[in-house]
Amino acid sequence: MESGPKDRLQIANVSRRRFLTGLAGAAALVIAARWDLVETAEKRKYGAEGMPGGYTDNPNVFIHIDPDGTVTVVNHRSEMGQGIRTSNAMVIADELGADWDRVRVKQAEGDHSVYGNQYTEASRSMRQWFDPLRRAGAAARQMLEQAAADRWQVRLSEVKTGVHEVWHEQSGRKLGFGELAEAARTLEVPDPASLILREDHELRFIGRESGLINGVLETSRPKAIDGEGIVSGTAVYGADVPFDNPLYAVIARPPVYGAELGRFHESDALNVPGVLKVVRIEGAGLPAAFNPLGGLAVVATNTWAAMQGRKALKIHWDYGPAEDNRSYTSSAYREILEARAQIPGEVIRKEGNFSKAMEGAHQRISATYYMPHLAQTPMEPPVATARVQKGNAEIWAPTQNPQATRTKVAERLGLDVTNVTVNVTLLGGAFGRKAKPDFAIEAAAIAQWFEGRPVTLQWTREDDLQHGYYQTVSLDHLEAGLDERGRATAWLHRSLSPSTMSLLKADFEHKSKVEQGMGFNTTPFDIPAILLENPPATAHVRIGWIRSVYNLPHAWAIQSFAHELAIAAGKDHRAFLLEMLGEDRKISNRSVGDTYNYDEDPAIYFIDTGRIRGVIDRVAAESGWGKEMPRGRGLGLAFHHSFGSYAAVVFDVEVSEGGSLTIHRADIAFDCGPQANPERIRSQLEGACIMGIGVALLNEVSFENGVAQQDNFDRYRIPRMNNAPREIRIHLVENPDEPMGGVGEPGLPPVAPALVNAIYAATGKRIRRLPVGDQLKG
Amino acid sequence: MASLNINGKEYQLDVPDQMPLLWVIRDVLGLKGTKFGCGKAQCGACTVHLDGVAIRSCTTPVSGAIGEITTIEAIGNDPIGQRLQKAWLDLGVPQCGFCQSGQIMNAVSLLRQNPAPGRDEIIHAMSGNLCRCGTYNRIIAAIQRA
Repeated sequence: MESGPKDRLQIANVSRRRFLTGLAGAAALVIAARWDLVETAEKRKYGAEGMPGGYTDNPNVFIHIDPDGTVTVVNHRSEMGQGIRTSNAMVIADELGADWDRVRVKQAEGDHSVYGNQYTEASRSMRQWFDPLRRAGAAARQMLEQAAADRWQVRLSEVKTGVHEVWHEQSGRKLGFGELAEAARTLEVPDPASLILREDHELRFIGRESGLINGVLETSRPKAIDGEGIVSGTAVYGADVPFDNPLYAVIARPPVYGAELGRFHESDALNVPGVLKVVRIEGAGLPAAFNPLGGLAVVATNTWAAMQGRKALKIHWDYGPAEDNRSYTSSAYREILEARAQIPGEVIRKEGNFSKAMEGAHQRISATYYMPHLAQTPMEPPVATARVQKGNAEIWAPTQNPQATRTKVAERLGLDVTNVTVNVTLLGGAFGRKAKPDFAIEAAAIAQWFEGRPVTLQWTREDDLQHGYYQTVSLDHLEAGLDERGRATAWLHRSLSPSTMSLLKADFEHKSKVEQGMGFNTTPFDIPAILLENPPATAHVRIGWIRSVYNLPHAWAIQSFAHELAIAAGKDHRAFLLEMLGEDRKISNRSVGDTYNYDEDPAIYFIDTGRIRGVIDRVAAESGWGKEMPRGRGLGLAFHHSFGSYAAVVFDVEVSEGGSLTIHRADIAFDCGPQANPERIRSQLEGACIMGIGVALLNEVSFENGVAQQDNFDRYRIPRMNNAPREIRIHLVENPDEPMGGVGEPGLPPVAPALVNAIYAATGKRIRRLPVGDQLKG
Repeated sequence: MASLNINGKEYQLDVPDQMPLLWVIRDVLGLKGTKFGCGKAQCGACTVHLDGVAIRSCTTPVSGAIGEITTIEAIGNDPIGQRLQKAWLDLGVPQCGFCQSGQIMNAVSLLRQNPAPGRDEIIHAMSGNLCRCGTYNRIIAAIQRA
């Protein structure tokens, strides 16, 4: 822990509620640690500092205090349901000492030169911004205190901050934040090294439990910033910005990835009342990267007319450039992957001698697991509004990535990036889909035909499912050997899945380092012989990503197989997992070939098997693991670590004679180190539970001749209320001294294997191909 | 020409008979609280009331919307709507929030017909409303609390 660069060491100290770097001794230690890093040639930056655009902790960027006392927090991360607009404001308001009722939130435009990195993905918002935002809050508080001290002609140390006011201890004089705002604004921002963060007992919001905790309503919490807007219908999502005289558009896109626009008669669309124009959208060829797929836009006075106009078009597509993708059929592709899984692939990690260990094994077990393509299907399909006027473009979009949107729109329209403004609306869900700026580029490409007039490009649900950035399809083949005492001695994992890198390089057929680092090369088991291989897999559609990305198939396969091994060994699943994990230890990510580590410092973030054991023990205790279950009912367990956090899940399920499944309860134990907003951590884990149930039971996008076979929620099924467990219980593990982990994604990967393991416990039936679908019937 | 009564106001609109009510509400009248999620009555994001009963506005032609239409923007005037909105906030139901106007509209309709629904009755009534963030358990708790 002592060898991290300065910034991360501060986070560690923050979590221990110490002075930031206020003590001479601590500062000396920090400097020593920094020199140590330079010595080891460790120059790469990590965390927010390592992201494009870096970070800023300048209070003048994030905090505005009006003379009337209103505190406006600028939120620079995209809000997609994780609650970041509320949580970021809470962190700042807590350090600052602001009265929550007087806090407002303003959404930042996309501009990393001002706000630092804004790309909202990889569960990194709080993980990487907790410390900079606390510093910004503390700096602003110190500036208010300085302004008061100057006004009263007293020493700074005699001045304290209460709730929304500053007071002088001896004289009892007080000044409100508003009264000090103007004077404070003119002061210099204090050196980060001089800042003193609040002590734990002073905190009112950070880390405080509130809200609905496992069915019991605790004390009231700070009101969610967007809550009232959401329940009254006034919250503004991508298609909700009011404009004078707007236009609406939809696009007919090529049915197969790479096909191009052929013959059409635009009059077919123009004959529909309300349709004004048909606009050709240029595609970018293969691979498509984050560009539009091309096609034909229909522009009308309302969305419905645009849809009707599109329906009237009879377009002949040119499949020439897409010949290879036109043969993509999911059932045949699975057979290709199955065949390739029998042949050794590129070695990703190797310890001991797998073949030899297998020869000496008492029992040999193998299994192959399949996870199909998935679609993110946020309830709000992609949508964006663009207005192009006098060489400037303005975008309003529910985007996870305002900076990429800005750059790509500028590139498309041939504008300087400074002539493009990107306004981030609320995101009606995203789950990785809205990390891609294609829909905003499409809107801009249409709007340039209508000088000065806003054009809203709407994706329909059919567009979303048929032309998506799909989560990869994955086949995982595992083999293991057990000795006479049922201990694992050999472990082979061949994992095949088209890479997201195929978006940029068509012949990219192996997992990238990022994808390997998502639960594949980071396999934490202490087994003498480990062999991880990655045979090639070709992409035939746009491979995007869904919440938790490659962790999803990796965890599904590894956690299912570990259960199969426990059964073969005749051991309790939990005991077997702990045995395979071995002694508590911190595994260096570098030592297993993981150079990604979620962009965190390998000197601070490890694979900590003690924390894995911690969540397993906690979930076992809470769920009553080991208890006698009635016939047809069973408990299933799985764990996974990702994004710097640790999660373990137990499901209690019942399967009837006819094969119908009832999910009685889900218990989730979660350790993300320090908890900024526990109430929203719980809601994220509840959501991950429901989404994971969908992955296990329902979700599948399949292709026939290159065309997605699902086009709406009748065929692409996602969980409904009747799929929810009767009860979801969240158990947050207190671990404030560890580095902060992510929250949005890490709850998801263990859900599907835990559920499938529970189905096995209830029925003796092993599911190896997702989704479960009808496999329990008959 | 369509005559509509929405949130107590009368409108005479020059729109095609078969135009779905959803797009009239959103694009013609500019009431943006009612959401587009699927366009074929699969998700419930577009739920509004016709004479107090939940309907899917994305598949209801404007010519069929004869009666009093209520959207999320006016549901706070209804005592049941108000109680549900409060319960939604107290229990922190929304995540992204996009589906929640439809969820609340559907829940108001349920409580009007059945003031104290049991868990199974809630699930039966609400399973047509999708939430991708997975707020179902909190929705059930909020309806029971309202």
